[in-house]
Amino acid sequence: MKRIFMNQLAAVAIFVLVFNAQPVGANSTPRKGGTLPAIKLDVPKDPVHRSYLGLSGGSLFDISEIKAEVVIIQIFSMYCPLCQREAFRVNELYENIEKDPNTRGKLKLIGIGAGNSQFEVDIFLKTYEVPFPLFSDGDFSIHKSLGEVRTPYFIGVTINDDGSHEIFYSMVGGFENAEEFLQLMLELSGLK
Amino acid sequence: MRSEKTILFVLMGLGVFLFLNLGVYARTCGKSDVFKENIYDPGTLKPRDSVLKVKVGDRAPDFILPAVSGGKVSLSKYLNKMNVVLSFVPAAWTPVCSDQWPGYNIVKYIFDQHDAVLLGITVDNIPTLFAWTNQMVTDGGNLWFSVLSDFWPHGAVADKYGVLRSDGISERATFVIDKKGVIQYIAVHDINKRPPLEEMVRALEKLQN
Repeated sequence: MKRIFMNQLAAVAIFVLVFNAQPVGANSTPRKGGTLPAIKLDVPKDPVHRSYLGLSGGSLFDISEIKAEVVIIQIFSMYCPLCQREAFRVNELYENIEKDPNTRGKLKLIGIGAGNSQFEVDIFLKTYEVPFPLFSDGDFSIHKSLGEVRTPYFIGVTINDDGSHEIFYSMVGGFENAEEFLQLMLELSGLK
Repeated sequence: MRSEKTILFVLMGLGVFLFLNLGVYARTCGKSDVFKENIYDPGTLKPRDSVLKVKVGDRAPDFILPAVSGGKVSLSKYLNKMNVVLSFVPAAWTPVCSDQWPGYNIVKYIFDQHDAVLLGITVDNIPTLFAWTNQMVTDGGNLWFSVLSDFWPHGAVADKYGVLRSDGISERATFVIDKKGVIQYIAVHDINKRPPLEEMVRALEKLQN
């Protein structure tokens, strides 16, 4: 009887350990040299944003489908004071990328609103006149897959010709100078 | 008999698995880097732990509470002048609350469009609220809305509205009160989740109709 009990106890212990080895939501933060988890984003309704990303149609897309050599992803929230403060600097980063023929078209910028509904993302976009595409992650599913990083968080990804990608930058916090941050992205990504 | 026991143990294992993972879900909230490591995570709480004492159509119970910005604020001062949104949040320095009011801070224009003021209320004392709300605004600014302390008598206003929980914190709740002092909208949210902004905005839009 005691043996049966011990066997069953062991079975339960194994069960719990196996399933908790990677509990839901406990993903690690993106690592330099690694790849992004599977992230599907809604194709923007705004044709300007669709054109910017080089997307022709469909309903969902993968970040590696963005027509660029480098993609910088900002994880933000309209509820995050630092993201609010950083907004104009991130806009400046976009402007700097777009005005330089050496970076325009090669380096693209997107934002993902952690836990923000589309309504909330639109508020952020309107309030800070954000010129690049922002996406809603209303149920935190993307945020969970990225290890529930604090905001703002920046991830830099190189996109290869074969559709694969690699993370070259992954860091919490914003930046003080848009041009310096751009130069850092160019150096770390190998675009420079 | 033996298979029944096995099923029982498997179910127990599943229960333990779900319990252990609840902690992960509990932390599923925005985490602004502005608060660094200063947020206390209480884990998943019972979504709701109180019984409302008011309903839509009732006259909103009046109150006078001290404000973080100084002085006292009464609900009745807005009577016949402004619509009022009461935003009760459970406690300072907790995960969801810390990422709720900073969002309201960038949508003053929405409240202005609806002749509304926002009053944020918690059961914390003024010094705690002072330190906490200072983190919500960067570059030395201030929150545009009044933050009121329902600390003493402890949670008296939350209790008047029926949103004081059994452990002394308040629910995460929103009340929209029209210019006549009548409650037009009540939402007692799951304490573990931040309510979508659009719910409050829709309630304000209905006041115009």
